[in-house]
Amino acid sequence: MAEEVKAHITGVVFQITAKAGDAVAAGDPVIVLESMKMEIPVEAPRAGTVKEITVAEGQTVQEGDTVAVLQ
Amino acid sequence: MLSSVLVANRGEIARRIIRACRSLGIRSVAVYSEADRAWPFVAEADEAVAIGPAPPRESYLDIERILDAARRAGVEAVHPGYGFLSENWRFARACEQAGFIFVGPSWQVIQQMGDKVEARRLMAAASVPVVPGSEGTVDTLEAAGDAASRIGYPILLKAAAGGGGIGMMRVAEEAALAAAVASAQRRAQSAFGSGALFIERFLQAPRHVEVQVFGDGHGPLVHLHERECSIQRRHQKLIEESPAPNLPATVKARLTEAAVAGGKAVGYVNAGTMEFVVAGVEFYFLEMNTRLQVEHPVTEEVTGLDLVQAQLRVAAGEPLQWKQDEIRQRGWSIECRIYAEDPARGFLPSPGRLARLTLPAGLGIRLECGVAEGVEVSVHYDPLLAKLVASGATRDEAIARTTVALDGFVVEGVKTVIPFLQRVVRSAAFRAGSVHTQMVEQGAFDG
Repeated sequence: MAEEVKAHITGVVFQITAKAGDAVAAGDPVIVLESMKMEIPVEAPRAGTVKEITVAEGQTVQEGDTVAVLQ
Repeated sequence: MLSSVLVANRGEIARRIIRACRSLGIRSVAVYSEADRAWPFVAEADEAVAIGPAPPRESYLDIERILDAARRAGVEAVHPGYGFLSENWRFARACEQAGFIFVGPSWQVIQQMGDKVEARRLMAAASVPVVPGSEGTVDTLEAAGDAASRIGYPILLKAAAGGGGIGMMRVAEEAALAAAVASAQRRAQSAFGSGALFIERFLQAPRHVEVQVFGDGHGPLVHLHERECSIQRRHQKLIEESPAPNLPATVKARLTEAAVAGGKAVGYVNAGTMEFVVAGVEFYFLEMNTRLQVEHPVTEEVTGLDLVQAQLRVAAGEPLQWKQDEIRQRGWSIECRIYAEDPARGFLPSPGRLARLTLPAGLGIRLECGVAEGVEVSVHYDPLLAKLVASGATRDEAIARTTVALDGFVVEGVKTVIPFLQRVVRSAAFRAGSVHTQMVEQGAFDG
């Protein structure tokens, strides 16, 4: 079942660390956000395969926004 | 005296510099990004120049845009504040080459002290104790392994090209070294443009004590006593005070003597800070910050001297009227940094619109505040909103005033570290003055 990975803070997408088709374990970073001079990874909530990364580097995301979809 | 100064910074430190300019009759010029248009420092300066979009690389870190603003405003000098370009020797050199006075030391000294390996070498040569560590940079994993086993685990990996805890990693054992080196190199490369690392012994539960120094290029370099800055998270300070509690007089005397010797060795001019770690009666040089320090107000409060005014006077070529034996510490002063971070979620950043802000006041209370109600606290910048500086005749009095003032803040719209600071200042360990740099991450103040 598809599951959305949501940003837990507001920030700017600093780095995308996984791509569609990648297998991830629970806790693996999917993207890294930069906020207030800190780099904060957004982690996969469970193991799965990345279906889609829904943000681009440099994009601002709000807390609660979807950044990726797992399947 | 200088006629005009461009303030190449934002937030509370921009306001602090603008205030010092005004008190000396200097015209102040602010620069600001699109995100900061409504921030108080922009309205407070005599003039303000827009320099670009919110991301720092396109505004506050863009040397050419700042120099352009300085030319357009026709200023005589540039004050870099702290952070941003303040310790960038290329910026200091570019100011000089463009004909502006840089309010700070020479670019050559910034370059020397910015290279943390070179700084260690220079300080050791001036008989300032340095943390046992690698001779120079460790350029291969093999060299790192050799140095680490000679020094003894646990060790600290540090970036040669920068400080502030960025790229710094503790390594407990040889098995973890390879991964740590790779990660520290990557972070150092991204932050400082160089992945070069060096190694220091990891000290258990040290204190962070620093000494404010000041040179005017005329008379002898002086010190303005010490600050204790051990309450930190992510190697960044949360609470600072002067004097340092429970610092034996003999240690303090050796510390200030070493700080002055170190500053003299590089011919230091303007305000600078020699940072040390103190373990028992031993102390070691960490790094020198070649700029005004965030926590300079506690030194101002106990010495009665205005450091920012002094920076501007020295930049204008004036000699300071300070004599070492007349610079005394009177009473006690404590600074709390009010960050927009959520202490309940591991100090995660908490940007947003500042819906409500009430600041505490009272005897012995000084606020250095960058924000006003209604401003947007941006994801693009440091989370420092304000600094609470509470002073009293004794440490107990300063703590009591800090405690009451922290309870008097009202901040809505963003989370702040105030609940955490309230626990720290009420804790037995802090009240006893028995603190060290690893306490916060060890959970000593978790509620």
